[in-house]
Amino acid sequence: MLRIHCPYCQELRDEPEFHYSGEAHLARPDDPASCSDAQWGTYLYFRRNPRGRHHEMWYHAAGCRRFFNVVRDTVTYDIEQTYAMGAQPVKDEALLQ
Amino acid sequence: MQRFSAFSLFRHALSHHQNWQRSWRNPEPKKHYDVIIVGGGGHGLATAYYLAKVHNVTNIAVIEKGYLGGGNTGRNTTIVRSNYLWDEAAHLYEHSLKLWETLSTELNYNVMFSQRGVLNLGHTLQDMRDIERRVSANRLNGIDGEVLDASGVKKIVPHIDITSARRYPILGASWQPRGGVARHDAVAWGYARAADALGVDLLQACAVTGFELEGDQLRGVVTDRYGVIHAGRVGCVVAGNSGVLAGYGGFELPIESHPLQALVSEPIKPILNTVVMSNQVHGYVSQSDKGDLVIGAGIDSYTGYGQRGSMPVIEHTLAAMIELFPMFSRVPMNRQWGGIVDTTPDACPIIGKTPVENLYFNCGWGTGGFKATPGSGHVFADCLASDEIPALAKPFALDRFYSGALIDEHGAAGVAH
Repeated sequence: MLRIHCPYCQELRDEPEFHYSGEAHLARPDDPASCSDAQWGTYLYFRRNPRGRHHEMWYHAAGCRRFFNVVRDTVTYDIEQTYAMGAQPVKDEALLQ
Repeated sequence: MQRFSAFSLFRHALSHHQNWQRSWRNPEPKKHYDVIIVGGGGHGLATAYYLAKVHNVTNIAVIEKGYLGGGNTGRNTTIVRSNYLWDEAAHLYEHSLKLWETLSTELNYNVMFSQRGVLNLGHTLQDMRDIERRVSANRLNGIDGEVLDASGVKKIVPHIDITSARRYPILGASWQPRGGVARHDAVAWGYARAADALGVDLLQACAVTGFELEGDQLRGVVTDRYGVIHAGRVGCVVAGNSGVLAGYGGFELPIESHPLQALVSEPIKPILNTVVMSNQVHGYVSQSDKGDLVIGAGIDSYTGYGQRGSMPVIEHTLAAMIELFPMFSRVPMNRQWGGIVDTTPDACPIIGKTPVENLYFNCGWGTGGFKATPGSGHVFADCLASDEIPALAKPFALDRFYSGALIDEHGAAGVAH
């Protein structure tokens, strides 16, 4: 079971309190009407799905009910860091220090 | 290939079954193949078999990074059915079910296909309306199906709890008598043995680590064990790792890989002679010939490649089982495992061409690929053998995610597989 640190509650809580919400940092096109089918289809359906480091959104459903971002390894399932919406992940170099 | 028969069984009994031929060779790869299939699971081996058998393409290699049938083919809950709502999906799965019905004879290998019927339970009025609609659609497509009320369910499964006191009372079910289960390993082994007999090279413990590209044309695959192997065409059938292989080709797929768990109980005496599935409490169960209850449910919500899942999902799965069969509450579970399924936004597969020339993909079967093994291989062999994409596969092209022509089986039949 994953143990996830909510950046708002500042607490480490069990996985069932949270909902997974898919890839993070997806930007909705500013003007959907002017998108080509390929651009809109890519935005709607295509996801990175990496084997390894993944940036994703989680929702603290049974807690503060807010969305936040997680960097997680999809093979080991280790969580590297969590951070608030709108923020950027801590750079790798900083983590190594 | 030595054929299996009552006579050969008798003859080999005289030598204490010591002299059976090996089921397939362990060949050294050639420098060039007409077709390379990446992925030695049921779908990949079936593709190779039908290419050789139906299309006379025999210069084929199947490349498998582990051992044959060691991925999702050997990890699923073996349910076979074809009662999908939408025409495109129903036709594809029914094509597969028809192949299942003669598969043991076709392969001269007992895949233990048992048409013990599949029940999809309804617990709410909306469930029952959806079941009425789906069964009607199935019958219009020539697929067998009946709508049962609760007493009809009880007649088939006497041990199920249909009392209204349950939190999710059983109101009825759809019933597909031609559905059932099959021995998953035997399907991989049967196709492997039959393909090998037709000259297909099965290369195990050999991972594909890249593609040999010339512009946007594919020339071959790069492997960790044999270097570059050239090929006229390459078909990728790698389920959960489809996204990784697409990355080698420089494109993305609308696929997310999730762990899907299953578990089996200790063997018990025969108690369940059919397959019971429920979308509402979300679980499905059958009893294997060994006697263990084979239980599955939904995917873990997060993406992952770890071939294992989370405890909360197992708890949820078993809670669903107890809801349906309170008497199972004291049956100890024996083993639990996970496989990596390639889920698409519409719970339907992606079959056909990719942005890279000569590279074909057959993926996105998600949580329900096992039932499609023969049909998937048959249709994908058609794709690889000619320039024409067969009618059954056409609606499942990658470009449906740009055109919007999705085949939305999610709420219809795709929740529990």
